[in-house]
Order: sequence, then structure tokens, then C-alpha cells
Amino acid sequence: MTALTQSVRSLWDSSIGKKTVVAVTGLVFIGFLVAHLIGNLLVFVGEEAFNHYAEWLHGLGHGAAVWVARLVLLGSLVLHVVATVSLTRQNRAARIAYAHEDTLRASKSSKIMIWSGLTVLAFIIFHILHFTVRTDAQLAKIAAESPYQMVIVGFQNWLVVIFYAISMTLLCSHLSHGFSSAFQTLGFSSSKTRSLLDKLGKAYSLLILVGFLSIPISIRIFGYGS
Amino acid sequence: MNLTLKVWRQAGPDAQGHIETYPANDIPASASFLEMLDIVNEGLIAKGEEPIHFDHDCREGICGMCSLNINGVPHSKEKAVTTCQVHMRHFKDGETIWIEPFRANAFPVLKDLVVDRSSFDRIIAAGGYIDVRTGSAPDANSVPIGKNIADEAFEAAACIGCGACVAACKNASAMLFVAAKAGHLNQLPQGKPEKDKRTLAMVRAMDDEGFGNCTNQYECEAACPKEISADNIAKLNRDYLAASAKEALV
Repeated sequence: MTALTQSVRSLWDSSIGKKTVVAVTGLVFIGFLVAHLIGNLLVFVGEEAFNHYAEWLHGLGHGAAVWVARLVLLGSLVLHVVATVSLTRQNRAARIAYAHEDTLRASKSSKIMIWSGLTVLAFIIFHILHFTVRTDAQLAKIAAESPYQMVIVGFQNWLVVIFYAISMTLLCSHLSHGFSSAFQTLGFSSSKTRSLLDKLGKAYSLLILVGFLSIPISIRIFGYGS
Repeated sequence: MNLTLKVWRQAGPDAQGHIETYPANDIPASASFLEMLDIVNEGLIAKGEEPIHFDHDCREGICGMCSLNINGVPHSKEKAVTTCQVHMRHFKDGETIWIEPFRANAFPVLKDLVVDRSSFDRIIAAGGYIDVRTGSAPDANSVPIGKNIADEAFEAAACIGCGACVAACKNASAMLFVAAKAGHLNQLPQGKPEKDKRTLAMVRAMDDEGFGNCTNQYECEAACPKEISADNIAKLNRDYLAASAKEALV
């Protein structure tokens, strides 16, 4: 057991090991986002369908499934953030700045990963307080009656919609580099698949952006649900 | 050609460095970049000033000794060349050129544009070799090796260890160098038996030297004078994870 613990420790301490943690936890979120989006888009089917979905989700596995998912997501989030912050610190310590710096290929999204990531982290905290914990008593009361109405009322606030839009745009940027990057880190990328994974990542991140933005925009700008 | 040079000057490893401006006048367009620096240095020596120190050896693009970050990019923005193979005809008359040493904490500046790249030697010493004598080159086809494997190993072996990958990376990561050196030996019958041991040792030596972590931006691949593919990095990641799992469980 000591040898195993030591191996896990040395893997975590190594650059590739820590990056693997980032890649695996990133893939957990890539999968979660698709499921979350499909569920959310039911808002366009109607109040009954959305509320029925919410009820079904919370009753799955006698209510245990949603908590298992929450624990996996929380654990993944903590590991993803701790590893990336630690890697970023090491990266900054490893480099001395050039007086005149230029790049040949690096994408814009790859250059702002830590900032897009930290903004998304702030959004996740806000989003959970807003729609899961429901710190707003009025919204909590509405949610108890109808989760569908909670979404409609929740997106009436312009500040919420603007913060949501900024966060989704940065999430799209984060994913457009993170998607193919995860496969490269895990060693699944090759000369035959790299360009395909890159295109797939860009298509996926665009889908996530358009999908998630369609809800607050329809509600706040086009008056959907009112 | 008349040019303005912005050159990093640093008297020694512990001295404070700074950018110094020099005119480079009457430079022939046919001169190589290093010959241009030779001309500027002759002028400095004639004036009794300290010449600009820089690394160079073969000047044929094969030894990996020349370095220099030219206008923000290692070995200049010319594709697949070393600094010694960059020619002045690629610059415009009147242009300002920034010349800096390869930057990384693991490549400390010794003087001006000369950096200490012995951290690469220590990574090689950790596992970039084959333990047993394998004799001289075997007769052709006596050891069957698939064409694709031979090609991939040969492409990885083209690495001249210049350090451009580290200098180009915003994290000063040495992954492309280590991936090329480990990948070259790991695929061939002579190197395969020590694949796991080599991979673990070289990656750990790389981390110990204080290089940064790869963030998959592929600047290394774009700057590499030998066009080593970042696919080697994916392969190293895979090999390292497999070797770590075997070390932990077997």
C-alpha cells in the first residue's frame, strides 16, 4: 500500500500526472455539460416537460443519483482548479519574460485559459447559489412550485443575463482549447486525429455556447415564457 | 542594408542585464544572421568595446549550438531553420531587430546571448541512452523494423537539442525535447526493453530541472528547426502514464 501511495504521490507531483488530472476532470465536465444542456433545453418544450424532467432527475435512484453526481462534479472541480492553479504557478516560475515576445501558432483561447477558467469558476459559484441553493427567498418559493417558472423569473434580471453571457463566452473559449488538449494530454492524439479533435472541440464549444445562451436570450430579449 | 539591433547585454550570470541598441550598417543581404553579428562585433572591437557574445559552432544547421530569440521567436520566424541558417535577405532595410537569449529558468544566461543548456544533458544522462552495448550498425534488414516505426523514430531522432522548444514555450516546457529523445529510443528494438525505466527517469529529471508544464499550444512544434511533431508529446504522455501505472501496480 505504501508503494502504491508513493506512486500516486509521485504521479501527482509530476507535470504529466497533474495534467492528467486536469484532462480527466475536464472530460467529466465536457460530458456533464452535454447532459445539462439537453435537460435545460427542455425549457423550450414547455413547463410540464421541464418540471417533469426536474422531478425525474431528483427522484433518480431514490434521490441518491443527483447527490452522487454532485459529489463527482464537486470533486472534479476541486481537483481541476487545484491542479491548474498549481501548474500555472510552476509555469510562471519556469519562465523569464522576453523584452519582445511573439507567438507563431498559439490560439487566443489557449493564452487565457487560467482567466477564462477562473471566471467560469466564479460563475459556477454564482449559478449554484442562484438556481440550486436559491439564496433569493422569492426565487426559492417560485422554484418549490415550478422549476420552469424559476428559470423564467431568474432570467428577468439583466445583470444575471449579462454575467451569464460573458461566462458562457469564456466557457466556450476555455472548451475550444481544453477539448482537444485533454485528448493530447491523455495520449489519444496522433498525426491522424489531432486536426479532427481540434475541429471537434471547436464545434462542441460552439454548440455549448449557442445552446446555453439561447435560454436567457429567449427569455430576456424575446420574452419567452412571460 | 542598414538595421537597428536591440540586443540583450549581460556581463555575467549574476549581473543585471539590459537591452542595448546598436546600429548595424552596410550589412550584405547575403550575410547570415551570425555573420551580421560578426560584422557588428568587428565594429565594437575596433572601438574597444566588448563584443556581443553568442553561441555558435557548425553554422550548418546541424549541431544545435546556435540559439537566439529573434524578434520574439527562437531562430526567427523563418520556418524550420536554425539561427545560423537565417539570412539577412529575409529582413527589410531599416528594420529594428530584437535579439535576446533563449529564456527559461532552466537555461540560465551565462553572458549576453549565451545560455547554459546543460539541463538538457542531465535529462539525457537520466535515461536518454541504451544500457548495453548494441554493437555497430546491424546489416540492413537483419533486424526487422516496420517502415512507419522506423520513420517515426528517425523523425524524433532528428532533434538537435538546441532548446528552441523551451524558448518558444510560454511555460518554458521541455516536453518536445524529452518526447523526441525518449520516443526515438522507446520505439526501436534496441531501446524498447528499457522503455518504462527511461520514460520515468527522463520525465522526472525534466521536472527536477524546473522546466514548466506543457499546455498544448504547439509553439514548440512551430519553432522547432527540425520540425519535430508534437505527436511525440502525446506518445510520451501515454508512455509515462503506462509506466507509472506499472510502477504502482506491478
